Amino acid sequence: MTAPATDAPRAAAEALLRSPGPVRRRVAAGPAVRWLVLFAGGVAMVAPLAYMLSTSLKYPFEVYNLNLIPEEPTLDNYRDVLSDRRFGWWFFNSLLVATLTTVSNLFWDSLVGYTLAKFRFRFRQVVFIAILSTLMIPTEMLVIPWYLMSQQFGWLNTHWGIMFPGLMTAFGVFLMRQFFQTVPDDFLEAARIDGLNEFQIWWRVAMPLVRPALAALAIFVFLGNWTAFIWPLIVTNDQHMYTLPVGLTTFSVEQSVQWELIMTGAAVSVLPTLVVFLVFQRFIIRGVVMAGLKG
Amino acid sequence: MTTLILRDLVKEFGTTRVVHGVSLDVTPGEFIVLVGPSGCGKSTTLRMIAGLEEVTAGTIEIGGRVVNDLEPKDRDIAMVFQNYAIYPHLTVRQNIGFGLYTARLPRAEKARRIEEAAAVLGMTAYLERKPAALSGGQRQRVAIGRAMVRDPAVFLFDEPLSNLDAQLRTQMRLEIKKLHARLANTIVYVTHDQVEAMTLADRIVIMKDGRIQQVGSPAEVYHAPANTFVATFIGAPAMNLLAGTAGGGRVRLDIGAEIAVDTTAEGPVRLGIRPEDLRPAAPGAAPLRGRVSVAEPLGPGTLLHVDLGGAEVIATGPGRGAPEPGQEVGLLADPAALHLFDAATGAAIR
Repeated sequence: MTAPATDAPRAAAEALLRSPGPVRRRVAAGPAVRWLVLFAGGVAMVAPLAYMLSTSLKYPFEVYNLNLIPEEPTLDNYRDVLSDRRFGWWFFNSLLVATLTTVSNLFWDSLVGYTLAKFRFRFRQVVFIAILSTLMIPTEMLVIPWYLMSQQFGWLNTHWGIMFPGLMTAFGVFLMRQFFQTVPDDFLEAARIDGLNEFQIWWRVAMPLVRPALAALAIFVFLGNWTAFIWPLIVTNDQHMYTLPVGLTTFSVEQSVQWELIMTGAAVSVLPTLVVFLVFQRFIIRGVVMAGLKG
Repeated sequence: MTTLILRDLVKEFGTTRVVHGVSLDVTPGEFIVLVGPSGCGKSTTLRMIAGLEEVTAGTIEIGGRVVNDLEPKDRDIAMVFQNYAIYPHLTVRQNIGFGLYTARLPRAEKARRIEEAAAVLGMTAYLERKPAALSGGQRQRVAIGRAMVRDPAVFLFDEPLSNLDAQLRTQMRLEIKKLHARLANTIVYVTHDQVEAMTLADRIVIMKDGRIQQVGSPAEVYHAPANTFVATFIGAPAMNLLAGTAGGGRVRLDIGAEIAVDTTAEGPVRLGIRPEDLRPAAPGAAPLRGRVSVAEPLGPGTLLHVDLGGAEVIATGPGRGAPEPGQEVGLLADPAALHLFDAATGAAIR
């Protein structure tokens, strides 16, 4: 005799609970696969960094031995790199260029982004599209005009020469515009009634409300400039003016590549980027914009 | 002396006219509420007073000077926004003090004003907190405090309670009323909530489609509405309107009944009866007769939706022992509480 219709769902549920394995095994396999994929991704991310650190602790004879733990660990490479005065210049040049470019981008990108987001004026959309369209031009195409311009103005082998192409970016303007659009006009109008001028409104009211975006932009710009290679290589030929990525290539000459020194320089150069990320990541994580609005 | 005068104020966005010649005189210390449905032009009018929207035509006078071309900060006004607009990165003290950002006052005087505003609003204990650590009501108080410290000629409130829950809204409404009684500031307050308008206002300005429909005290607009729009917009539930024809001191309703009305009007009219003025009675003893379709018990009374056979009206029955749905009832109206409106224009017939 078949079970009454009303008992059918209950019977099905009990059968499911009693069923020995396939269902439960499938449920358990999900997280396992996820963990496996994440672990593989993590290894892929960390492995180059680990090898960089490992190589920086090896003697030259051991560099091509791919074991992760050096047989005879040494800090000689660090001593050599840090005692090389050129490394100090490169580090200083990179730090100066990346820092000033970041500050410049934070200021100009957000000022232009704010204007495009919050002011109504003729051809606003045209201006925005024109700025965006510059994103479609590859750097390689721009290098020659930049170089000719630098040569003409005497900017070769100067910090300004390294920095000027990146002082303001279309991506930064786009990013900041999008964030400023999320800032409610009430904030700005309240400040207008309170007597602030438009620049003060931007600086004192709007900017603090987009701190997460500023932090994200700061990280992007700093890292981008810290690791920039092609343009600094082209615009400088005086070793004093090299940035770190360009300077590290001097450890590699035609006959030999001093991998242990390159890796040591790279390991040292990673430190500022870690500091920048650790300083700014809390601003990214903390969403502050909505805190002053309706709760 | 008049604090605020609006003369033939017009606002156009492109070719669309959203405010059509609004004129209004506000006296010092008066609490004026602009009320109306969405899109009626009340917020636009307020924003023109604040200087946040340009005036297309007409003039705005504050404290005896035309302010059309003045910046918001130079108009001697302060505004409280619907979304509070208090800055999340500043403390309560800094937020309240922000209203004095450009004021050329000694630091001690600024501090005194901030402390005073905080004390009036009961926010002294929260002065060092950030907005994220405040409730919705407290945030609204901070916004009011920021307006208070400026000591303006006119306070502007743009739907300040609409983001609060019902209970907090009632509480804050009372607090704003007490605050006005205490400070006696001139206030122009925008809301779409007619209960807020009735409870707060000295005078209510009812707007529709960019035009003022009526200006009057809450009692005036409730008991003597200027037209059918005001009659149905003010009061909840809305006034019942029944089509009919007036003549010989009576109105013959289209649904067949006839009611005596103290009027000399003749011709097509609409008869208005507020639900609380329409009471159930024995079916044989009342001019209106119908069947209860829905009964909504409210505690002290019961709202009765009565189908009159062609029109449905709302009457008010007792809290206990009200007629049940399906029951046939008669409906009695107090002759003194009847309203007549011109059927074509909707204007009140006095």
